[in-house]
Amino acid sequence: MHEQAASIKSYTLVFLSLLILTAATTVVAFIDLGPLNVVMALFIAVVKMMLVALFFMHLRYSTVLTKVVVGGGMLWLGILLLLSLSDFVTRGWLPVPGK
Amino acid sequence: MITEAVPERETYLNASHGIKSWLLTKDHKRIALLYLHTITFFFFLGGIFATLIRLELLTPKGTLVSADTYSKLFTLHGIIMVFFFLIPSIPATLGNFFLPMMIGAKDLAFPRINLLSWYLLVIGGCFALYAMLAGGVDTGWTFYVPYSSNYSNTYVIATGIGIFIAGFSSILTGLNFIVTVHRMRAPGMTWFRLPLFVWSNYATALIQVLGTPVIAITLVLLICERTLHIGIFDPARGGDPVLFQHLFWFYSHPAVYIMVLPALGVISELVSVFAKKPVFGYKVVAFSSVAIAVLGFLVWGHHMFVSGQSVYAGLVFSFLSYFVAIPSAIKVFNWTATLHRGSISYATPMLYAFGFIGLFTVGGLTGLFVACLGVDVHVHDTYFVVAHFHYIMVGGTIMAYLGGLHYWWPKMSGRMYPEGWAKLSALVIYLGFNLTFFPQFILGYLGMPRRYWNYPDEFQVLHVMSTAGASVLAVGYLMPLVYFMWSLRYGPIAGPNPWGATGLEWQTASPPPAHNFDETPIVTTEAYDYAALAAREEVNVG
Amino acid sequence: MDSHTETAELREQFETPAQQKEISTLGMWIFLVTEIMFFGGLFLAYAIYRREFADVFALASNTLDAVIGAVNTAVLICSSFTMVLAVRAAQIGSRKALIVFLILTILFGGVFLGVKAYEWDQKFEEHHVPGPTFHLEGTTQQGPAQLYFSLYFTMTGLHALHMIIGEGLMLFLLWHAYKRKYTPSYYTPVDIGGLYWHFVDIVWIFLFPLLYLIARHQH
Repeated sequence: MHEQAASIKSYTLVFLSLLILTAATTVVAFIDLGPLNVVMALFIAVVKMMLVALFFMHLRYSTVLTKVVVGGGMLWLGILLLLSLSDFVTRGWLPVPGK
Repeated sequence: MITEAVPERETYLNASHGIKSWLLTKDHKRIALLYLHTITFFFFLGGIFATLIRLELLTPKGTLVSADTYSKLFTLHGIIMVFFFLIPSIPATLGNFFLPMMIGAKDLAFPRINLLSWYLLVIGGCFALYAMLAGGVDTGWTFYVPYSSNYSNTYVIATGIGIFIAGFSSILTGLNFIVTVHRMRAPGMTWFRLPLFVWSNYATALIQVLGTPVIAITLVLLICERTLHIGIFDPARGGDPVLFQHLFWFYSHPAVYIMVLPALGVISELVSVFAKKPVFGYKVVAFSSVAIAVLGFLVWGHHMFVSGQSVYAGLVFSFLSYFVAIPSAIKVFNWTATLHRGSISYATPMLYAFGFIGLFTVGGLTGLFVACLGVDVHVHDTYFVVAHFHYIMVGGTIMAYLGGLHYWWPKMSGRMYPEGWAKLSALVIYLGFNLTFFPQFILGYLGMPRRYWNYPDEFQVLHVMSTAGASVLAVGYLMPLVYFMWSLRYGPIAGPNPWGATGLEWQTASPPPAHNFDETPIVTTEAYDYAALAAREEVNVG
Repeated sequence: MDSHTETAELREQFETPAQQKEISTLGMWIFLVTEIMFFGGLFLAYAIYRREFADVFALASNTLDAVIGAVNTAVLICSSFTMVLAVRAAQIGSRKALIVFLILTILFGGVFLGVKAYEWDQKFEEHHVPGPTFHLEGTTQQGPAQLYFSLYFTMTGLHALHMIIGEGLMLFLLWHAYKRKYTPSYYTPVDIGGLYWHFVDIVWIFLFPLLYLIARHQH
């Protein structure tokens, strides 16, 4: 399966978007959005990640299996983070002494 | 025994000569044998530590060794058995040898990475051996902080590095297997025609790839904590020791499935061949392997019920832990259904399979005992848990490993092992095992803590029984070592398919040629299709 | 089995070069998933402690220079850009362009590492390195403040280690490109080297806001 070489133009567009998003995340950090600050920061980071993965890493043109592999990796990171945090976040929730 | 002249046919064993041809091989079959030697060495080394432990526990007070030395004994026993024997065992030996053959491939996807995996295990093992000889490590194989990070004066770092490197070996094997099964199957070998042994090793590979990196980072953090005092687990800095346990068990629970899933795959093969019946509910059994792999990642907190973890999290983990028992139980039911109205042969591999099914069931059911939060509060850190996991790891995995070794021995070596001695050792192992570990359930339930070097007098009888069992078990394990080696020279020559099994590995010579098959197989039959096999054989004879 | 003599483009165990390329790429992606889980442990520690010590972490984070961090992020993005152009050059058989873009990638990577070294040196000067000489102005919680910096050094350190390995890989690719090893029908090492490089970039894409931009509005 021979892939077409993507155009320099499309790579440049992605590159510039990444730079703009970097500037954006920096600027937004200086504005007080309360709890939304961390949401914005993560959201922008995820968008940048998607741009790099889909276009620079050619995930867009990859096989379904590759996409499942990447999705699986993200899911497993999610399991590690969320299930572990479920301990720390819920300490003291149940009225049991010392817990 | 008649020693026949071995026909001068080219096999993977004589295709090239000299030590370089082994140490620089790319042949998955030779790499499997390299692993076989390495893990056998570690098994007996771990066994020596077990022997010393059981000898010390013959008496209630310390006799043979000091308390500190005792701590080193159980730590080293655990580390060697888990990381340098059980985790590589079946995948790196039987998996490496047979997975490519079972799918009709010439080799794994990345043969040189396969060789690298072996070297990494050996190098990791060297670090562990160094730590052992320099003075040992006494933290328990679980390395809990703050003892391992702040207080232990033993070789924690060297051991940690050794395990880190061995973990890399495991990751690369898993990576290799996943890619191979997805992309290197012969024409006609669809997913649902794969032998169940392949499904099990595939599911195991998923765990190796997803879980092992987490223990890798855990060891890095432990080493940083120990050397640089970064404080990440240190309450004085605001750190939390329970974080270490989360990171440790996120891997180490799925690790137990790395240790047992390939064994479950072996048993599926044995039950089918020695009942001459296709495995009942093939698809369900195949999916159950993947289910175990996935669910196994969601339950690690059941090791931490009394650690200071939140009760809410404890409830969630306890609840989820019940689910992971279901696919395992499904396998046992399906094997039973396979046996029903089968044409059963009691060859040695089948004896091991029967032993496995009973002992794994006991181990699995007692897993449910400890999954129950309330019960675990009482039996945590007692011999009840020790008995539970030894029933699975020894009564389960090691029996399956031996069963698989006997089953595939003629294919790997071209020789048959002596059936009489083999049956006897299977029996000795079974009896020795139960005498060793059943008393430990009782000991644990009565309150005997694990990792203790002395104990109240009233526990002595049970400990003596356990040690007696261990001596019997040791004899049982030594016997195959002797007769397998004997068989290489004096065993009867084996044909391509001494068991009448289906599966592509039985359609090539014993031992196989270096390139596995003379022509790429084209698969047209389902797995375990004994009727098709019989028809094929009639055609060959006629 | 149809046997063929082994070349770099078609190893013995594969049937076609296309199969080999696809399988090599899949293998690299799976390796990157293991890297996700490897870094994941650190991100977990970060999430737990940032949540628990939000104010101290914010204070500590503000001692980093956000502009330098942003510029360094841009430098790394430039290196990913030149990397993807290098892969493209290999794909169309442009050896000179491949060599130029690999060199640029290495240079950008080097700049990133140099800036990182400077930033670390600043932290040493300011006594923000966890240990007996540590002190962070503006808080009594010196313990958790050290936790922030432990995470800072561990996470950026592990990232930098991966960058250094990446630089090594790039030099390897550069050498082989110079020796005319890559053609439009065989440039897999460049491709999968690129995947590794981009992954390390993605890790930084998360490290930058999480370490530098916790609460900049609170200077």
